[in-house]
Amino acid sequence: MPNEVKVKVMKAAAPRERTLREKAYIPEIARGLRITAAHFWGNLFIHIKRLFGIRTKERGSVTYQYPEERRPLSPRVRTLHRLVKREDGSPRCVACMMCETICPAKCIYIIGADHPDPNIEKHPLQFDIDLGVCVFCGLCVEACPEDAIRMDTGILEFSAYSREGMIYHMKDLLR
Amino acid sequence: MAFVWVTLAKIGVTLFWVMNLGAILTWVERKQSAVMQDRIGANRANIGPFRIIGLFQIAADSLKMILKEDWIPAGGNRFLHTIAPIISVFFALLAFAVIPIGNTLTISGQEIPLSIITTDVAILFVFAMLSLEIYGVVFAGYSSNNNYAMLGGLRASAQMFSYEITFGATIIGLLMIYGTLDLQELIRAQKGSIGGWYPRWGIFLQPLGFFLFCAAGLAETKRNPFDLPEGESEIVGYFVEYSGMKFGLFMLTDFLETILISALVTIFFFGGWQVPFLEADGFHFGSTAFLLSPVWVTVLQISIFFLKLTVFLWLFMQIRWTLPRFRYDQLMRLGWNVLLPLSLLNIFITGLILMIWG
Ligand code: SF4
Ligand code: SF4
Repeated sequence: MPNEVKVKVMKAAAPRERTLREKAYIPEIARGLRITAAHFWGNLFIHIKRLFGIRTKERGSVTYQYPEERRPLSPRVRTLHRLVKREDGSPRCVACMMCETICPAKCIYIIGADHPDPNIEKHPLQFDIDLGVCVFCGLCVEACPEDAIRMDTGILEFSAYSREGMIYHMKDLLR
Repeated sequence: MAFVWVTLAKIGVTLFWVMNLGAILTWVERKQSAVMQDRIGANRANIGPFRIIGLFQIAADSLKMILKEDWIPAGGNRFLHTIAPIISVFFALLAFAVIPIGNTLTISGQEIPLSIITTDVAILFVFAMLSLEIYGVVFAGYSSNNNYAMLGGLRASAQMFSYEITFGATIIGLLMIYGTLDLQELIRAQKGSIGGWYPRWGIFLQPLGFFLFCAAGLAETKRNPFDLPEGESEIVGYFVEYSGMKFGLFMLTDFLETILISALVTIFFFGGWQVPFLEADGFHFGSTAFLLSPVWVTVLQISIFFLKLTVFLWLFMQIRWTLPRFRYDQLMRLGWNVLLPLSLLNIFITGLILMIWG
Protein backbone atom coordinates (compact mmCIF):
# COMPACT_ATOMS: atom_id res chain seq x y z
CA MET A 1 0.00 0.00 0.00
CA PRO A 2 1.58 3.26 -1.06
CA ASN A 3 -0.11 5.47 1.46
CA GLU A 4 0.67 3.40 4.49
CA VAL A 5 2.16 5.48 7.18
CA LYS A 6 5.00 3.83 8.97
CA VAL A 7 4.80 4.46 12.68
CA LYS A 8 7.76 3.74 14.78
CA VAL A 9 6.75 3.25 18.36
CA MET A 10 9.29 4.74 20.68
CA LYS A 11 9.61 3.45 24.17
CA ALA A 12 10.10 6.05 26.81
CA ALA A 13 13.54 5.63 28.24
CA ALA A 14 13.48 4.17 31.71
CA PRO A 15 14.84 6.57 34.32
CA ARG A 16 18.54 6.04 34.30
CA GLU A 17 20.30 4.85 37.42
CA ARG A 18 22.44 7.65 38.67
CA THR A 19 26.12 6.92 38.57
CA LEU A 20 28.26 7.20 41.63
CA ARG A 21 29.79 10.38 40.25
CA GLU A 22 26.34 11.96 40.00
CA LYS A 23 25.33 10.77 43.42
CA ALA A 24 28.42 12.28 44.97
CA TYR A 25 26.98 15.61 43.84
CA ILE A 26 30.14 17.64 44.25
CA PRO A 27 31.65 16.78 40.82
CA GLU A 28 28.37 17.61 39.13
CA ILE A 29 28.15 20.90 41.00
CA ALA A 30 31.68 21.64 39.88
CA ARG A 31 30.71 20.84 36.29
CA GLY A 32 27.74 23.19 36.49
CA LEU A 33 29.84 25.90 38.01
CA ARG A 34 32.41 25.47 35.28
CA ILE A 35 29.79 26.09 32.62
CA THR A 36 28.35 29.19 34.28
CA ALA A 37 31.76 30.51 35.18
CA ALA A 38 32.94 30.06 31.59
CA HIS A 39 29.98 32.11 30.41
CA PHE A 40 30.61 34.69 33.10
CA TRP A 41 34.27 35.28 32.39
CA GLY A 42 33.85 35.03 28.63
CA ASN A 43 31.08 37.60 28.58
CA LEU A 44 32.79 39.80 31.15
CA PHE A 45 35.89 39.93 28.98
CA ILE A 46 33.82 41.04 25.99
CA HIS A 47 32.02 43.67 28.06
CA ILE A 48 35.30 45.03 29.37
CA LYS A 49 36.68 45.24 25.85
CA ARG A 50 33.57 47.20 24.88
CA LEU A 51 33.95 49.47 27.87
CA PHE A 52 37.42 50.42 26.70
CA GLY A 53 36.11 51.10 23.24
CA ILE A 54 37.57 48.09 21.52
CA ARG A 55 35.14 47.05 18.81
CA THR A 56 34.46 43.36 18.64
CA LYS A 57 32.05 41.28 16.67
CA GLU A 58 31.22 39.15 19.70
CA ARG A 59 28.03 40.24 21.38
CA GLY A 60 28.54 39.16 24.99
CA SER A 61 24.81 39.05 25.52
CA VAL A 62 21.71 38.15 23.60
CA THR A 63 19.84 41.19 24.87
CA TYR A 64 18.22 43.66 22.51
CA GLN A 65 18.44 47.06 24.21
CA TYR A 66 14.82 47.51 23.34
CA PRO A 67 13.79 51.10 22.78
CA GLU A 68 17.04 51.92 21.03
CA GLU A 69 17.60 48.59 19.40
CA ARG A 70 14.76 46.66 17.85
CA ARG A 71 14.55 43.14 16.66
CA PRO A 72 14.07 42.92 12.91
CA LEU A 73 10.46 42.05 12.19
CA SER A 74 9.52 39.37 9.74
CA PRO A 75 7.75 40.95 6.75
CA ARG A 76 4.68 38.80 7.38
CA VAL A 77 4.25 39.72 11.02
CA ARG A 78 0.83 41.20 11.77
CA THR A 79 1.03 44.66 13.27
CA LEU A 80 -1.21 47.74 13.49
CA HIS A 81 -3.82 47.93 10.71
CA ARG A 82 -3.88 50.54 8.00
CA LEU A 83 -6.34 51.40 5.28
CA VAL A 84 -4.85 51.58 1.84
CA LYS A 85 -5.44 54.85 -0.01
CA ARG A 86 -6.38 55.55 -3.55
CA GLU A 87 -4.32 58.01 -5.56
CA ASP A 88 -6.50 60.89 -4.42
CA GLY A 89 -6.05 59.97 -0.77
CA SER A 90 -9.49 58.52 -0.15
CA PRO A 91 -9.73 55.00 1.22
CA ARG A 92 -9.67 52.15 -1.23
CA CYS A 93 -12.27 50.36 0.87
CA VAL A 94 -15.65 49.86 -0.75
CA ALA A 95 -17.53 49.18 2.48
CA CYS A 96 -18.37 45.65 1.48
CA MET A 97 -18.42 44.59 5.14
CA MET A 98 -16.40 41.43 4.44
CA CYS A 99 -13.92 42.23 7.13
CA GLU A 100 -16.59 43.20 9.61
CA THR A 101 -18.33 39.91 8.93
CA ILE A 102 -15.32 37.67 9.29
CA CYS A 103 -13.79 39.40 12.27
CA PRO A 104 -13.92 36.82 15.06
CA ALA A 105 -13.61 39.50 17.71
CA LYS A 106 -16.36 41.64 16.16
CA CYS A 107 -14.26 44.72 16.57
CA ILE A 108 -14.68 46.42 13.17
CA TYR A 109 -17.52 48.89 12.79
CA ILE A 110 -18.22 50.26 9.31
CA ILE A 111 -20.87 52.70 8.13
CA GLY A 112 -21.02 52.68 4.37
CA ALA A 113 -22.53 55.24 1.96
CA ASP A 114 -22.84 55.71 -1.78
CA HIS A 115 -19.71 57.03 -3.41
CA PRO A 116 -20.09 60.22 -5.46
CA ASP A 117 -18.11 58.61 -8.29
CA PRO A 118 -20.54 56.33 -10.19
CA ASN A 119 -17.69 53.93 -11.05
CA ILE A 120 -17.25 53.14 -7.38
CA GLU A 121 -20.26 51.77 -5.67
CA LYS A 122 -19.74 52.63 -1.98
CA HIS A 123 -17.26 54.06 0.42
CA PRO A 124 -17.02 54.02 4.21
CA LEU A 125 -18.20 57.05 6.17
CA GLN A 126 -16.90 55.57 9.33
CA PHE A 127 -14.39 52.80 9.77
CA ASP A 128 -13.47 51.99 13.37
CA ILE A 129 -11.36 49.17 14.72
CA ASP A 130 -11.40 48.56 18.45
CA LEU A 131 -7.82 47.48 18.95
CA GLY A 132 -8.46 46.74 22.57
CA VAL A 133 -10.60 43.83 21.38
CA CYS A 134 -8.78 42.82 18.18
CA VAL A 135 -6.95 39.51 18.41
CA PHE A 136 -4.61 40.22 15.48
CA CYS A 137 -5.75 37.15 13.60
CA GLY A 138 -5.35 38.91 10.26
CA LEU A 139 -8.59 37.50 8.87
CA CYS A 140 -9.79 40.97 7.94
CA VAL A 141 -6.79 41.31 5.65
CA GLU A 142 -7.45 37.92 4.11
CA ALA A 143 -11.12 38.64 3.56
CA CYS A 144 -10.83 42.02 1.90
CA PRO A 145 -11.59 41.77 -1.86
CA GLU A 146 -10.06 45.18 -2.57
CA ASP A 147 -6.79 44.77 -0.68
CA ALA A 148 -7.96 47.82 1.23
CA ILE A 149 -6.89 46.83 4.71
CA ARG A 150 -3.42 45.69 5.61
CA MET A 151 -1.53 44.91 8.79
CA ASP A 152 1.95 45.84 7.64
CA THR A 153 2.70 49.12 9.42
CA GLY A 154 5.31 47.54 11.66
CA ILE A 155 3.91 49.49 14.59
CA LEU A 156 3.74 47.29 17.66
CA GLU A 157 3.63 49.84 20.44
CA PHE A 158 0.25 51.47 20.67
CA SER A 159 -1.53 52.03 23.89
CA ALA A 160 -3.98 54.46 25.40
CA TYR A 161 -5.10 55.63 28.79
CA SER A 162 -8.72 54.56 28.23
CA ARG A 163 -10.66 51.91 26.37
CA GLU A 164 -12.04 54.59 24.05
CA GLY A 165 -8.50 55.56 23.17
CA MET A 166 -7.91 52.09 21.77
CA ILE A 167 -10.60 52.59 19.13
CA TYR A 168 -8.86 53.71 15.96
CA HIS A 169 -10.95 55.73 13.54
CA MET A 170 -10.66 56.02 9.80
CA LYS A 171 -8.38 59.05 9.90
CA ASP A 172 -5.98 57.19 12.21
CA LEU A 173 -6.02 54.16 9.99
CA LEU A 174 -5.49 56.10 6.78
CA ARG A 175 -1.86 56.84 7.36
CA MET B 1 39.97 57.85 76.32
CA ALA B 2 42.16 57.00 73.36
CA PHE B 3 40.71 53.51 73.48
CA VAL B 4 37.18 54.86 73.06
CA TRP B 5 38.12 56.97 70.08
CA VAL B 6 40.02 54.14 68.46
CA THR B 7 37.09 51.78 68.98
CA LEU B 8 34.63 54.32 67.61
CA ALA B 9 36.85 54.79 64.58
CA LYS B 10 37.04 51.04 64.08
CA ILE B 11 33.25 50.77 64.34
CA GLY B 12 32.95 53.50 61.73
CA VAL B 13 35.37 51.77 59.38
CA THR B 14 33.69 48.40 59.82
CA LEU B 15 30.22 49.82 59.25
CA PHE B 16 31.54 51.63 56.21
CA TRP B 17 32.99 48.64 54.43
CA VAL B 18 30.28 46.22 55.48
CA MET B 19 27.32 48.39 54.54
CA ASN B 20 28.87 49.57 51.30
CA LEU B 21 29.83 46.07 50.31
CA GLY B 22 26.30 44.95 51.14
CA ALA B 23 24.83 47.67 48.95
CA ILE B 24 27.21 46.93 46.11
CA LEU B 25 26.32 43.24 46.34
CA THR B 26 22.72 44.05 45.41
CA TRP B 27 24.09 45.41 42.17
CA VAL B 28 26.70 42.67 41.79
CA GLU B 29 24.06 40.02 42.15
CA ARG B 30 22.05 41.37 39.24
CA LYS B 31 25.04 42.02 37.07
CA GLN B 32 26.74 38.74 37.76
CA SER B 33 23.62 36.70 37.13
CA ALA B 34 23.02 38.72 33.98
CA VAL B 35 26.51 38.29 32.60
CA MET B 36 26.60 34.57 33.26
CA GLN B 37 23.21 34.14 31.60
CA ASP B 38 24.26 36.11 28.50
CA ARG B 39 22.14 39.06 29.50
CA ILE B 40 23.09 42.64 30.32
CA GLY B 41 21.35 43.36 33.59
CA ALA B 42 20.38 46.60 35.25
CA ASN B 43 21.83 49.46 33.23
CA ARG B 44 19.05 52.02 32.89
CA ALA B 45 19.29 54.00 36.11
CA ASN B 46 21.00 57.24 35.14
CA ILE B 47 21.76 60.74 36.24
CA GLY B 48 21.65 62.77 33.07
CA PRO B 49 23.71 60.98 30.46
CA PHE B 50 25.76 59.05 33.03
CA ARG B 51 24.97 55.43 33.60
CA ILE B 52 28.25 54.03 34.96
CA ILE B 53 27.27 50.45 34.15
CA GLY B 54 24.11 50.61 36.23
CA LEU B 55 25.67 51.52 39.55
CA PHE B 56 23.02 54.19 40.12
CA GLN B 57 20.62 51.31 40.49
CA ILE B 58 21.76 50.99 44.10
CA ALA B 59 20.76 54.58 44.87
CA ALA B 60 17.52 54.20 42.96
CA ASP B 61 16.66 51.03 44.86
CA SER B 62 17.38 52.49 48.27
CA LEU B 63 15.36 55.59 47.43
CA LYS B 64 12.48 53.41 46.33
CA MET B 65 12.67 51.30 49.49
CA ILE B 66 12.68 54.36 51.75
CA LEU B 67 9.81 56.09 49.97
CA LYS B 68 7.55 53.06 49.79
CA GLU B 69 4.62 52.70 52.14
CA ASP B 70 5.45 50.80 55.29
CA TRP B 71 2.54 48.47 55.70
CA ILE B 72 1.67 46.41 58.77
CA PRO B 73 -1.04 43.80 58.23
CA ALA B 74 -4.28 44.08 60.14
CA GLY B 75 -4.18 41.77 63.13
CA GLY B 76 -0.41 41.65 62.98
CA ASN B 77 1.71 42.38 65.98
CA ARG B 78 2.92 45.93 65.37
CA PHE B 79 5.82 45.75 67.80
CA LEU B 80 7.26 42.43 66.69
CA HIS B 81 6.61 43.28 63.06
CA THR B 82 8.71 46.40 63.44
CA ILE B 83 11.60 44.95 65.40
CA ALA B 84 11.95 41.70 63.44
CA PRO B 85 13.99 43.15 60.55
CA ILE B 86 15.94 45.29 63.01
CA ILE B 87 16.89 42.20 65.00
CA SER B 88 18.05 40.47 61.83
CA VAL B 89 20.26 43.32 60.69
CA PHE B 90 21.47 44.10 64.20
CA PHE B 91 22.86 40.66 64.88
CA ALA B 92 24.25 40.31 61.39
CA LEU B 93 26.15 43.55 61.87
CA LEU B 94 27.20 42.69 65.40
CA ALA B 95 28.93 39.54 64.19
CA PHE B 96 31.35 41.72 62.21
CA ALA B 97 32.67 43.16 65.47
CA VAL B 98 35.11 40.27 65.82
CA ILE B 99 36.06 39.87 62.17
CA PRO B 100 39.70 40.92 61.78
CA ILE B 101 40.49 42.62 58.50
CA GLY B 102 44.19 42.78 59.21
CA ASN B 103 46.77 42.03 61.85
CA THR B 104 47.67 45.15 63.79
CA LEU B 105 48.21 48.75 62.87
CA THR B 106 50.96 50.61 64.73
CA ILE B 107 50.18 54.27 65.20
CA SER B 108 52.63 56.31 67.31
CA GLY B 109 53.97 53.29 69.11
CA GLN B 110 50.57 51.82 69.89
CA GLU B 111 49.50 48.51 68.46
CA ILE B 112 45.87 48.60 67.36
CA PRO B 113 44.33 45.22 66.54
CA LEU B 114 42.26 45.46 63.39
CA SER B 115 39.02 44.05 64.71
CA ILE B 116 36.59 45.97 66.89
CA ILE B 117 36.57 43.45 69.71
CA THR B 118 39.58 41.31 70.52
CA THR B 119 38.30 38.38 72.46
CA ASP B 120 39.37 34.79 72.84
CA VAL B 121 35.80 33.54 72.25
CA ALA B 122 35.41 35.27 68.91
CA ILE B 123 34.25 32.15 67.10
CA LEU B 124 31.59 31.45 69.69
CA PHE B 125 30.52 35.08 69.43
CA VAL B 126 30.04 34.86 65.66
CA PHE B 127 28.10 31.64 65.97
CA ALA B 128 25.93 33.07 68.72
CA MET B 129 25.07 36.10 66.61
CA LEU B 130 24.23 33.88 63.65
CA SER B 131 21.90 31.86 65.88
CA LEU B 132 20.24 34.94 67.34
CA GLU B 133 19.33 36.07 63.85
CA ILE B 134 16.77 33.30 63.77
CA TYR B 135 14.67 35.40 66.14
CA GLY B 136 14.26 38.05 63.49
CA VAL B 137 13.02 35.44 61.05
CA VAL B 138 10.66 33.78 63.51
CA PHE B 139 9.25 37.10 64.72
CA ALA B 140 8.71 38.19 61.14
CA GLY B 141 6.76 35.03 60.38
CA TYR B 142 4.79 35.15 63.62
CA SER B 143 3.88 38.82 63.68
CA SER B 144 2.59 38.98 60.11
CA ASN B 145 -0.74 37.27 60.86
CA ASN B 146 -0.33 35.36 57.64
CA ASN B 147 -0.15 31.61 57.36
CA TYR B 148 2.36 31.69 54.53
CA ALA B 149 4.64 33.93 56.52
CA MET B 150 4.25 31.72 59.56
CA LEU B 151 5.12 28.61 57.57
CA GLY B 152 8.03 30.45 56.00
CA GLY B 153 9.30 31.39 59.43
CA LEU B 154 9.03 27.80 60.60
CA ARG B 155 10.78 26.52 57.50
CA ALA B 156 13.53 29.04 58.00
CA SER B 157 14.08 28.29 61.66
CA ALA B 158 14.02 24.50 61.11
CA GLN B 159 16.56 24.86 58.34
CA MET B 160 18.83 27.18 60.26
CA PHE B 161 18.75 25.04 63.38
CA SER B 162 19.54 21.91 61.40
CA TYR B 163 22.47 23.42 59.59
CA GLU B 164 23.79 25.23 62.62
CA ILE B 165 24.85 21.91 64.07
CA THR B 166 26.85 20.98 60.98
CA PHE B 167 28.11 24.52 60.81
CA GLY B 168 29.52 24.29 64.30
CA ALA B 169 30.75 20.72 63.98
CA THR B 170 32.77 21.36 60.81
CA ILE B 171 35.10 23.83 62.43
CA ILE B 172 35.84 21.65 65.45
CA GLY B 173 38.50 19.94 63.36
CA LEU B 174 40.13 23.31 62.77
CA LEU B 175 39.92 24.19 66.44
CA MET B 176 41.63 20.91 67.28
CA ILE B 177 44.49 21.69 64.93
CA TYR B 178 45.00 25.36 65.80
CA GLY B 179 43.80 25.14 69.38
CA THR B 180 42.23 28.57 69.68
CA LEU B 181 38.81 30.22 69.58
CA ASP B 182 40.25 33.65 68.83
CA LEU B 183 39.95 34.58 65.17
CA GLN B 184 43.13 36.65 65.25
CA GLU B 185 45.09 33.82 66.86
CA LEU B 186 43.56 31.40 64.37
CA ILE B 187 44.84 33.49 61.51
CA ARG B 188 48.25 33.92 63.10
CA ALA B 189 48.44 30.16 63.52
CA GLN B 190 47.94 29.75 59.77
CA LYS B 191 51.29 31.39 59.11
CA GLY B 192 54.16 29.58 57.47
CA SER B 193 53.89 26.72 55.06
CA ILE B 194 53.46 23.01 54.85
CA GLY B 195 56.45 21.27 53.29
CA GLY B 196 57.86 24.65 52.32
CA TRP B 197 55.38 25.04 49.49
CA TYR B 198 51.70 25.15 50.48
CA PRO B 199 50.70 27.90 52.85
CA ARG B 200 49.64 26.47 56.19
CA TRP B 201 46.00 27.33 55.53
CA GLY B 202 42.96 25.51 56.81
CA ILE B 203 41.95 24.31 53.35
CA PHE B 204 45.03 22.09 53.10
CA LEU B 205 44.55 20.68 56.58
CA GLN B 206 40.76 20.39 56.47
CA PRO B 207 39.64 19.95 52.85
CA LEU B 208 36.50 18.08 53.85
CA GLY B 209 35.77 20.65 56.51
CA PHE B 210 35.95 23.35 53.86
CA PHE B 211 33.26 21.76 51.69
CA LEU B 212 31.02 21.09 54.66
CA PHE B 213 31.48 24.60 55.96
CA CYS B 214 30.63 26.11 52.58
CA ALA B 215 27.49 23.99 52.28
CA ALA B 216 26.31 24.71 55.79
CA GLY B 217 27.25 28.36 55.43
CA LEU B 218 25.21 28.68 52.27
CA ALA B 219 22.28 27.17 54.13
CA GLU B 220 22.78 29.74 56.89
CA THR B 221 22.61 32.61 54.44
CA LYS B 222 19.26 31.30 53.19
CA ARG B 223 20.30 31.64 49.57
CA ASN B 224 20.11 29.22 46.68
CA PRO B 225 20.32 26.24 46.67
CA PHE B 226 18.96 26.50 50.20
CA ASP B 227 16.55 29.37 49.72
CA LEU B 228 13.40 27.58 50.82
CA PRO B 229 12.75 30.09 53.61
CA GLU B 230 12.51 32.82 51.01
CA GLY B 231 11.71 31.41 47.61
CA GLU B 232 11.22 34.91 46.24
CA SER B 233 9.83 33.77 42.95
CA GLU B 234 6.92 31.68 44.16
CA ILE B 235 6.42 30.45 47.73
CA VAL B 236 7.64 33.63 49.45
CA GLY B 237 8.67 33.04 52.99
CA TYR B 238 8.60 34.88 56.27
CA PHE B 239 8.81 38.37 54.78
CA VAL B 240 5.76 38.10 52.57
CA GLU B 241 4.00 40.84 54.56
CA TYR B 242 6.91 43.25 54.52
CA SER B 243 7.29 46.28 52.35
CA GLY B 244 9.55 49.24 51.96
CA MET B 245 12.68 49.59 53.99
CA LYS B 246 11.74 46.80 56.41
CA PHE B 247 11.82 44.40 53.50
CA GLY B 248 15.03 46.11 52.46
CA LEU B 249 16.53 45.29 55.83
CA PHE B 250 15.79 41.60 55.32
CA MET B 251 17.44 41.74 51.92
CA LEU B 252 20.37 43.55 53.46
CA THR B 253 20.65 40.86 56.13
CA ASP B 254 20.95 38.30 53.38
CA PHE B 255 23.83 40.12 51.81
CA LEU B 256 25.45 40.83 55.16
CA GLU B 257 25.30 37.14 55.96
CA THR B 258 26.85 36.33 52.62
CA ILE B 259 29.69 38.71 53.42
CA LEU B 260 30.00 37.22 56.89
CA ILE B 261 30.15 33.64 55.64
CA SER B 262 32.67 34.62 52.99
CA ALA B 263 34.75 36.35 55.63
CA LEU B 264 34.56 33.29 57.86
CA VAL B 265 35.58 30.95 55.03
CA THR B 266 38.46 33.28 54.29
CA ILE B 267 39.55 33.35 57.91
CA PHE B 268 39.05 29.68 58.72
CA PHE B 269 40.34 28.09 55.55
CA PHE B 270 42.33 30.65 53.58
CA GLY B 271 44.41 32.33 56.22
CA GLY B 272 42.44 35.55 56.56
CA TRP B 273 44.90 38.40 56.04
CA GLN B 274 47.89 36.07 55.71
CA VAL B 275 49.87 36.72 52.55
CA PRO B 276 52.06 33.76 51.58
CA PHE B 277 55.74 34.41 52.37
CA LEU B 278 54.93 37.75 54.02
CA GLU B 279 56.44 38.17 57.47
CA ALA B 280 56.08 41.15 59.77
CA ASP B 281 58.96 42.94 58.05
CA GLY B 282 58.55 41.95 54.40
CA PHE B 283 58.62 39.03 52.00
CA HIS B 284 60.92 36.11 52.69
CA PHE B 285 61.54 33.55 49.96
CA GLY B 286 63.97 31.13 51.50
CA SER B 287 67.06 33.21 52.13
CA THR B 288 66.19 36.19 49.88
CA ALA B 289 64.04 38.92 51.41
CA PHE B 290 62.22 42.04 50.26
CA LEU B 291 61.89 44.28 53.26
CA LEU B 292 58.79 46.43 53.61
CA SER B 293 57.78 49.01 56.20
CA PRO B 294 55.10 47.84 58.68
CA VAL B 295 52.48 50.18 57.19
CA TRP B 296 52.88 48.57 53.78
CA VAL B 297 52.68 45.14 55.32
CA THR B 298 49.38 46.10 56.95
CA VAL B 299 48.05 47.57 53.72
CA LEU B 300 49.02 44.39 51.87
CA GLN B 301 47.33 42.26 54.50
CA ILE B 302 44.11 44.23 54.41
CA SER B 303 44.02 44.16 50.62
CA ILE B 304 44.64 40.43 50.48
CA PHE B 305 41.85 39.90 52.99
CA PHE B 306 39.41 41.81 50.81
CA LEU B 307 40.69 40.05 47.73
CA LYS B 308 40.01 36.65 49.27
CA LEU B 309 36.66 37.91 50.50
CA THR B 310 35.75 39.03 46.99
CA VAL B 311 36.68 35.67 45.54
CA PHE B 312 34.32 33.92 47.92
CA LEU B 313 31.56 36.45 47.41
CA TRP B 314 31.91 35.76 43.72
CA LEU B 315 31.84 32.01 44.30
CA PHE B 316 28.74 32.16 46.50
CA MET B 317 26.94 34.36 43.99
CA GLN B 318 27.94 31.96 41.25
CA ILE B 319 26.61 29.00 43.22
CA ARG B 320 23.42 30.88 43.96
CA TRP B 321 22.76 31.45 40.25
CA THR B 322 23.92 28.02 39.09
CA LEU B 323 22.14 25.53 41.29
CA PRO B 324 18.41 24.92 41.51
CA ARG B 325 16.70 24.78 44.85
CA PHE B 326 16.50 21.65 46.97
CA ARG B 327 13.20 20.11 47.89
CA TYR B 328 12.50 20.50 51.59
CA ASP B 329 12.87 16.81 52.42
CA GLN B 330 16.08 16.67 50.37
CA LEU B 331 17.32 19.64 52.31
CA MET B 332 16.66 18.03 55.65
CA ARG B 333 18.07 14.70 54.53
CA LEU B 334 21.19 16.41 53.25
CA GLY B 335 21.61 18.25 56.50
CA TRP B 336 21.02 15.42 58.93
CA ASN B 337 21.97 12.31 56.94
CA VAL B 338 24.94 13.54 54.96
CA LEU B 339 26.51 16.71 56.23
CA LEU B 340 26.26 16.02 59.95
CA PRO B 341 27.76 12.47 59.82
CA LEU B 342 30.46 13.75 57.48
CA SER B 343 31.33 16.54 59.85
CA LEU B 344 31.50 14.08 62.74
CA LEU B 345 33.71 11.85 60.59
CA ASN B 346 35.87 14.87 59.94
CA ILE B 347 36.31 15.43 63.66
CA PHE B 348 37.12 11.77 64.15
CA ILE B 349 39.73 11.61 61.38
CA THR B 350 41.31 14.85 62.51
CA GLY B 351 41.54 13.52 66.06
CA LEU B 352 43.05 10.27 64.82
CA ILE B 353 45.69 12.04 62.75
CA LEU B 354 46.49 14.41 65.57
CA MET B 355 46.89 11.49 67.94
CA ILE B 356 49.26 9.69 65.59
CA TRP B 357 51.37 12.67 64.42
CA GLY B 358 50.39 15.37 66.85
S1 SF4 C 1 -7.12 41.14 12.91
FE1 SF4 C 1 -8.82 39.71 13.29
S2 SF4 C 1 -9.72 40.48 15.18
FE2 SF4 C 1 -8.45 42.13 14.40
S3 SF4 C 1 -9.81 43.39 13.22
FE3 SF4 C 1 -8.92 41.91 11.78
S4 SF4 C 1 -10.31 40.22 11.74
FE4 SF4 C 1 -10.85 41.44 13.52
S1 SF4 D 1 -13.28 43.92 3.40
FE1 SF4 D 1 -11.95 45.53 2.57
S2 SF4 D 1 -13.28 46.63 1.16
FE2 SF4 D 1 -14.62 45.38 2.44
S3 SF4 D 1 -15.21 46.75 4.10
FE3 SF4 D 1 -13.40 45.62 4.80
S4 SF4 D 1 -11.71 46.93 4.22
FE4 SF4 D 1 -13.43 47.67 3.11
